[in-house]
Amino acid sequence: MIRIAVLSGKGGTGKTTAVASMAWYSDDLVLADCDVDAANLALTMKSRLRTKDDYLGAYTAAIDLELCTECGRCEDNCHFGAITDLRVNAIHCEGCGACRVVCPAGAITMSLRKSGEIFVLDTAHGPMVYADLFPGESNSGKLVTIVRRLADDLAESDGIDTVLIDGPPGTGCPVIASVTGVDLILAITEPSRSGEHDLLRLIELAHHFSIPICVAVNKWDLHPGMTREIEESCRRQGVMTVGRIPYDPSVMESIKAMRPLPSMFPKSPAALEFHRIWKEVRSRSKERGGSGIALKLD
Amino acid sequence: MIVAVASGKGGTGKTSVACAMALALDRPLTFLDCDVEGANAHLFLHPDLKSEEEVLIPYPTIDRSKCDACGICVSNCHFGAMVRLGKKVKVMQNLCHGCGVCRLVCPQNAVVMSGRPVGTVHMGTAGLMRFFCGELRTGEALSVPIIKRIKKERDDTVIIDCPPGTSCPAVESVEGSDFALLVTEPTPFGMHDLRGMIEVCRRLEVPCGVVINRSFGEDREVESLCKAKGVPVLLKVPFDRKVAEVYAKGGTLLEAMPELAERLNEVFFEIMGLKR
Repeated sequence: MIRIAVLSGKGGTGKTTAVASMAWYSDDLVLADCDVDAANLALTMKSRLRTKDDYLGAYTAAIDLELCTECGRCEDNCHFGAITDLRVNAIHCEGCGACRVVCPAGAITMSLRKSGEIFVLDTAHGPMVYADLFPGESNSGKLVTIVRRLADDLAESDGIDTVLIDGPPGTGCPVIASVTGVDLILAITEPSRSGEHDLLRLIELAHHFSIPICVAVNKWDLHPGMTREIEESCRRQGVMTVGRIPYDPSVMESIKAMRPLPSMFPKSPAALEFHRIWKEVRSRSKERGGSGIALKLD
Repeated sequence: MIVAVASGKGGTGKTSVACAMALALDRPLTFLDCDVEGANAHLFLHPDLKSEEEVLIPYPTIDRSKCDACGICVSNCHFGAMVRLGKKVKVMQNLCHGCGVCRLVCPQNAVVMSGRPVGTVHMGTAGLMRFFCGELRTGEALSVPIIKRIKKERDDTVIIDCPPGTSCPAVESVEGSDFALLVTEPTPFGMHDLRGMIEVCRRLEVPCGVVINRSFGEDREVESLCKAKGVPVLLKVPFDRKVAEVYAKGGTLLEAMPELAERLNEVFFEIMGLKR
């Protein structure tokens, strides 16, 4: 099985547009939207709901005030500042259970609460998995891992050999969960100082985990000089650049119409470049031939 | 007055708006860049960074001479960070949240908590501003401890550049602010993610208002969403290719649109009346 993750470091550089556009040219994919804070891939194409499940991700402590002796040990041992004056702040509680362990009165119980939903959709390009983490909830990395595993399972059961992942911004917990065991990262960046800065952090992360990474510059002609600088930085890092997507107003039109770019504007310069990049990325990902390690939840 | 500049979606213009507001106010204030996974404000404010501080999280080490691999820590760790391999227990660094449950439950007192660096806070000044930004170490997962450290900085006026998203890092950054300025763009993506962010603010009891960036003038859908949620639209920044070109080279929103300075001061004044 081959897994390709589209990432960027900086947000808003065009990850989701790239995934939706590239997917348009294939009908043998599993799509996984791993930006569980802001899952937008499903907004770009027609789909039919296959399954919907609750995500019971977060343990939260509850104090039984009948049993509580007000000794304060729970408060002293909570590393997250989630207990004040015998009240548990659900937003800060990470569900570690330290309070339950130290409570001499057995007044604390831990319970799972629903903190999101996981969806499987059918699209013209294959099944799509995405999750919706409720606003303010934690454990996004764990939810990403569940989305990834579900995508792998679907690929297995539906006989599909490629999983295409739409990743979250940043380099932290959900990003690490998104890139674990992938064969290739396609980084979408933009010609700006911030785009470059965050791309270099992402490249460092990819090298840290020994994952091959290639780069495409989106809206490259907004600043050709900056684009060349970014491509030069990539070369210095030994990172391959696979394309330049031009600034193209039809991209915004397709986002507003909630349709994939190539379905509305098949001959637009951006769509043609996404098609070219996709062919290149697919063939590159096969070089490593699915040697990405299998996913492990723990 | 603490203003958090936030957004569920990435790349809507949080950093641009936060930097522009800080510069437009033109007075002593503290700027906190809490987007520790991709801190960019320094690229626009050019602070003189004078010092840095490592951020440590509590981290267990196991005293092999005491550990008998009973596995009680393994079964009590909610993060799957303790693994038993034969006669040894190993800590999975990336999964550990530093909660200390392993130490609490170990019958042999074999777990010792020490500190492990997960990132750095850089400190300096930019003009009249005190400037702080965090940097998550490559390969580290936990940004919240770094954000917590940055947010210890107080001042009469604080502007926080928040990370994207609606989960822990964003929540930690917005919490405790007097007002959240939510930057969005008039697209289905922007709208979808704005909804989530308004909900976060509601849960945190932080009043919020919206900035529509890259506006084409008519933003009926965003405006009707804001109206339905009872959230004011405080500012529209028109779409202009010139802004993107200035921004690309590290130029600020104010350099591209000097007329925004006055509007941002008015918005700040308006926020003072809306804060909790």
